[in-house]
Amino acid sequence: MNGLDLEVITRALPWLAQGLQYTVQLTCVAALGGIALGTILALARLSSHPVVAGVAAGYVNLMRSVPLLLVIFWFYFLVPLGLQWVTGAGSPPRVGAERSAYVTFILFEAAYFCEIVRAGIVSVGAGQQSAARALGLDRIQVLVHVILPQAFRNMLPVLLTQAIILFQDVSLVSLLNVTDFVGAAGKIAQRDGRVVEMYLFVALVYLVLCSAASALVRRWQRTHSIGRHPETAR
Amino acid sequence: MTMISLDAVSKWYGTFKVLDACTTAIERGEVVVICGPSGSGKSTLIKCINALEPFQQGTIRVDGVSVGDPNTDLARLRARVGMVFQHFELFPHLSVLDNLNLAQVRVLGRSRDAASERSLALLQRVGLRDQATKFPAQLSGGQQQRVAIARALSMDPIAMLFDEPTSALDPEMIVEVLDVMSTLAQEGMTMLCVTHEMGFARRVANRVIFMDHGAIVEDVTKDAFFDDPTARSVRAQTFLSKILQH
Amino acid sequence: MNWQIFLETMPEGDAAWWEMLASGLGWTLACAACAWVIALAAGTGIGIARTGASRAAARAAIIYVELFRNIPLIVQFFLWYFVLPELCAPLKRWVIEADPSVVQFLAATSCLGLFTSARIAEQVRAGIESLGRGQRQAARAMGLSEAQCYRHVLLPVTFRVIMPPLTSELMNLVKNTAVAYSIGLAELFFRTREMGEITFRYFEAFAAATLAYMVIALAANRAMRFIERRIAVPGVAGTARSAH
Repeated sequence: MNGLDLEVITRALPWLAQGLQYTVQLTCVAALGGIALGTILALARLSSHPVVAGVAAGYVNLMRSVPLLLVIFWFYFLVPLGLQWVTGAGSPPRVGAERSAYVTFILFEAAYFCEIVRAGIVSVGAGQQSAARALGLDRIQVLVHVILPQAFRNMLPVLLTQAIILFQDVSLVSLLNVTDFVGAAGKIAQRDGRVVEMYLFVALVYLVLCSAASALVRRWQRTHSIGRHPETAR
Repeated sequence: MTMISLDAVSKWYGTFKVLDACTTAIERGEVVVICGPSGSGKSTLIKCINALEPFQQGTIRVDGVSVGDPNTDLARLRARVGMVFQHFELFPHLSVLDNLNLAQVRVLGRSRDAASERSLALLQRVGLRDQATKFPAQLSGGQQQRVAIARALSMDPIAMLFDEPTSALDPEMIVEVLDVMSTLAQEGMTMLCVTHEMGFARRVANRVIFMDHGAIVEDVTKDAFFDDPTARSVRAQTFLSKILQH
Repeated sequence: MNWQIFLETMPEGDAAWWEMLASGLGWTLACAACAWVIALAAGTGIGIARTGASRAAARAAIIYVELFRNIPLIVQFFLWYFVLPELCAPLKRWVIEADPSVVQFLAATSCLGLFTSARIAEQVRAGIESLGRGQRQAARAMGLSEAQCYRHVLLPVTFRVIMPPLTSELMNLVKNTAVAYSIGLAELFFRTREMGEITFRYFEAFAAATLAYMVIALAANRAMRFIERRIAVPGVAGTARSAH
């Protein structure tokens, strides 16, 4: 070890920025897709139809009991086969880990977002439901205009916190040789033999970004919970 | 002989003054009721006496020991002053008996058997000996507060502090707690009670302290407080008229 | 599908594939168990520091939690395994001479242990704070020292209150052991991939691993529930305040 070579990092910055861009992109797509699919799953889990509720619960529990890494590899192999089945092509199309990761993370995160949304919906309370029904709103209107707006406001901090976790979890795709932020740093680290500089730099960037993001979430939580929970405001 | 003395005690939360030069003395065997509107600093004042709350100015002495002195062994001091809380604060994971035994064993160093013997005697006294093996959550509010009083007594305190002991209770349970407190007073315990129970004050107290905005406004005998209202301050009169209306 | 593959012998050596996976499972469980012990001990300590009287300790605890929570787990693995020895010469000398699987195991348990401890610390802090100031004051009012107050009053209740989140932390820990694959620890996921790459029986290998992880998760869940029931006390089950 002969001192830190910071120039390695400056030289690699454009390459690292590309990796970070992929990481951010995958995080955003997976968060939005995951919340959308997760909301549908949550409604299915709360459905009075036992089969619908049971299938949704089974899917969520399966995803939540298996390591993300295993799921990433599962989908890496299954997505091409699934596309072949859907399109009826003769051989599985080449998808590549970069693109299969989008499917993986949407489907995987949906299970986690489902549980958050479900708790959010339950937190709104049966009284709101009755009051809205009493006004003559139909089930969908109750959901769209009364329940979900309140639920999403209540669970926004938790959703954002989950998105921060997702941002970190995306780094696991580097094990499929994808050039996300960690993957980009890993490739430089190996090429130049500069493991220490690269990984410390990556850790620092994540630390700064994630700490800042969670600080913002906490601040939002503080300013928006005053008055609503006088018990905890003390 | 003076048991508890306060001399010009002041306390701030930031720039907000919660206690304003409070001075008083409680003699051995005396029962003093502190009353006043909410937010007047009553609870803060008695929590300062056993150093649960720090204060910035003045001195408090309990049995001659200065509470604010950094060399004072606060644990030992607190062990000698019993305290009863508004929300009981029994330890929910311990049985009633173990709630009473815990500090006897850990702080006073009593053997478990000696502690249990003392605890059961005290439970007998508050009429709850048969509940000794239950957990706090299995008792009614009034029963829980009687256990809390017994727990404080288990340390053989030289004085007892009560912080609104009945204000979290349903009306029918208030009586059973006040009865225990009255008996205690008759036996000569030195007591300082923050309470709105004016009937209790009238029957049991020797003196009444009225607080407002962190200051001691009135510090007079019970008879003077209740029977000679015109001699009282306007604020005390207003308070009394509100609280005695119903 | 060829489920017979598990009974077939590996190309080198005389072990069957199922034995290979079982040995991986063994490493997974050992790694999770050791990391859990570290995580509980460190997490409790940090949680106490976070809520205790010392401001400096509370601030240090916040930094600790932020540090371990805001860096991706895989990067933490790289820091422990690749970076730490480079920064510490005696450690590097030892690493070069030691059995690599021992080094991997120690790096993995330290990494997972401290990573999980930050999460447990937050649960412990939240649990202690949920008890409110009253319990602390009541304990102090009876002359218990701060240490006695934690030992006999705050922690016994806190751990009962936080059993459900602790259960999910344990299950997360088991799942996170798979990331130790990134530093080459021959745990279950490592063996699963190895089997897939050599036999091209990815589907069978992954299905077996999925089943194994589900069974461990279920077992961990049941074990924690059992403990939760055994230590249950009336009025304390995440509902401590409703007793008032």
